[in-house]
Amino acid sequence: MRKKVFQLIVDNTSGVLSRISGLFSRRGYNIESITAGVTADTRFTRITIVASGDDEILDQIEKQVAKLVDVKDVKALEPENSVYRELALIKVKTSKELRQGVISIADIFRANIIDVAQDSLIVELTGTQDKINAFISLLGDYEILELARTGIAGLGRGTENVTYL
Amino acid sequence: MIGADAIVKCLEEEGVEYVFGYPGVAICPFYNSILNSTIQTILIRTEQNAAHAASGLARVSGKVGVCAVTSGPGATNVITGIATAFADSIPLVCITGQVNSELLGSDVFQEADITGAVESFVKYSYLVKNVNDIPRIFKEAFHIANTGRRGPVLIDIPIDIQNAEIRKFTYPESVSMRTYKPTVKGNIVQIKKVAAELEKSKRPIICAGGGVLLSNGEKELLAFAQKYSIPVVSTMMGIGVMPTRHPLYFGMVGNNGKPYANRAMNESDLLIMVGARVADRAVSQPDLITNNKVLIHIDVDPAEIGKNVGPTIPLVGDAKHIFEDLLLQEFTCEHEEWIDTLNKYKMDMVPKRNPNPDYVDPAGFITLLSEKMEEDGIYVADVGQNQIWSCGYHIVKRGKFLTSGGMGTMGYSIPAAMGAKLADKRRQVIAVCGDGSFQMSMMELATMRQHDIPVKIIVLKNNYLGMVREYQHYTYKDNYSVVDLSGSPDLEKLSSAYDMKFLRLMNMEKVDEILDEFLNKDESVLLECVIDPMDLVK
Repeated sequence: MRKKVFQLIVDNTSGVLSRISGLFSRRGYNIESITAGVTADTRFTRITIVASGDDEILDQIEKQVAKLVDVKDVKALEPENSVYRELALIKVKTSKELRQGVISIADIFRANIIDVAQDSLIVELTGTQDKINAFISLLGDYEILELARTGIAGLGRGTENVTYL
Repeated sequence: MIGADAIVKCLEEEGVEYVFGYPGVAICPFYNSILNSTIQTILIRTEQNAAHAASGLARVSGKVGVCAVTSGPGATNVITGIATAFADSIPLVCITGQVNSELLGSDVFQEADITGAVESFVKYSYLVKNVNDIPRIFKEAFHIANTGRRGPVLIDIPIDIQNAEIRKFTYPESVSMRTYKPTVKGNIVQIKKVAAELEKSKRPIICAGGGVLLSNGEKELLAFAQKYSIPVVSTMMGIGVMPTRHPLYFGMVGNNGKPYANRAMNESDLLIMVGARVADRAVSQPDLITNNKVLIHIDVDPAEIGKNVGPTIPLVGDAKHIFEDLLLQEFTCEHEEWIDTLNKYKMDMVPKRNPNPDYVDPAGFITLLSEKMEEDGIYVADVGQNQIWSCGYHIVKRGKFLTSGGMGTMGYSIPAAMGAKLADKRRQVIAVCGDGSFQMSMMELATMRQHDIPVKIIVLKNNYLGMVREYQHYTYKDNYSVVDLSGSPDLEKLSSAYDMKFLRLMNMEKVDEILDEFLNKDESVLLECVIDPMDLVK
């Protein structure tokens, strides 16, 4: 089992996301995260999917996804020549005494404090999944009340193989 | 012009001659508009059969089969037919009426989310939300259905869209789809590799599937096989790619196929799989076809290549185009001994049957029937023991052999035969079913009578769901459960209720004269053949 990140360019039509997620569930493929957003050309949506499986399964995922009528392009984003980012919002329970500790950890990770309440604060962190995981584990001494992660978005580096906008 | 008129116009533009269907309120605007067209409507007796009939028509004409049903239960009833077509890659456009678009999602009377429900059985689906999209959507739907790997496309149209005024009707001349561009021509580098491997091969073989027929590549396959004397076996869906008695044809492979066909495939040193999925019934042990041999997998659908076995040479493209290009390559490929070996296997490995003389022997009967059939006759086999006997003993001359392969849908043969007959009225069309599968579609005798569709029907009657009984015989040591068909109708009375000619064959004594009478005229006849209830296909 290994992970692979796929970048899809799909027609921005209704139902396209359900067609893609339906394909994963009915063929029993593991999907770890899926993010979607319109590209600079509003006719298209860029979807980043993180999937896991053995090599044959990952190969089938790529082919089956490519076969969907709405999919214009699919390619694997290999780690060595791509960048991935994920955004996480983390609500931490903080008393007056504990607050400074959380803020210092956030500073080290260049995370932002985007909301402060009497007994909690919300930290916003963008980075690779490893960075976010490391940050969350460092917060182990505190109580995490809520956590929202977006799943990763990715792009290939450089101007070679630019798929579409 | 309203949306419903536009739909009919689109069908006319696509050259559609028949629409199979069943009306209901939600599709009534369409069925009202079609009255002004020369397109003929066939009132099928249950919606599932509308898709099967469209499938039969598509497989004989090469054109897209069309069916039109209403919302809710009409739409859900057609799903099995769509799934059957999807499994065998048959091009269909299925139109479903839908409730008023403003009411969508509110669970009103006869509302079903049909585009959601068929998602995994269609190549693509549309829910029409704007009447002005109708021409583009139909153009795309027919294009998607009948290009690349063929398959069914569903168009769901709310009743208010069918009734809405369309601004201006212009049928697009070409399709411009940003995302759909199937590969049809094979990569020439890969084709040259195939030629180079064939040059080295001493025991080459081609295993042809339904994809060869769907691409109309039979002629090219035959020319290629003959040019280099390469033996050919086929999957169930590939039956008919070559005449059964062609010296280079060595039968159907698979667990219900000919032992010598499987042996030939397993012992080859180079196997060209073309238009075949390498599915479990055809190839139960995929490693046997990859061990010690070069596997070349040709398919128009890249996702089929490597799905079940990893090929040495993958080749994406339409079978017809690939064989055309392969024929342009010049190379030598000599292997006389191999053909001799295969002929020896064919002689030695004939399955032995001991027919019970008190009954009709399905094997002998089907062989004789095919010999007496017209050269280009169409044989439609249903599902069950009848299908396995049909695959094993039917002899294709220049005709076609149709059956539900991937899905194995009982009741396919009669509606599919009707569609086949309408596709080409000059050809003889025979549906062969068991008494179980017959009762799954016997309501269509009314359709045949109403629309004068002279299909000939053979029922191999054993008062059992024979295929399941056979399974229970082997697996559950004759503990039969829910396979007894007593209670079935008297087929003679049933035929007379539909004004249909009836014949009965009790054993093989009068088989010649009964078959002559059965085939004599271009009319609907029902022939009941009483077979041994305990007969086995294996």
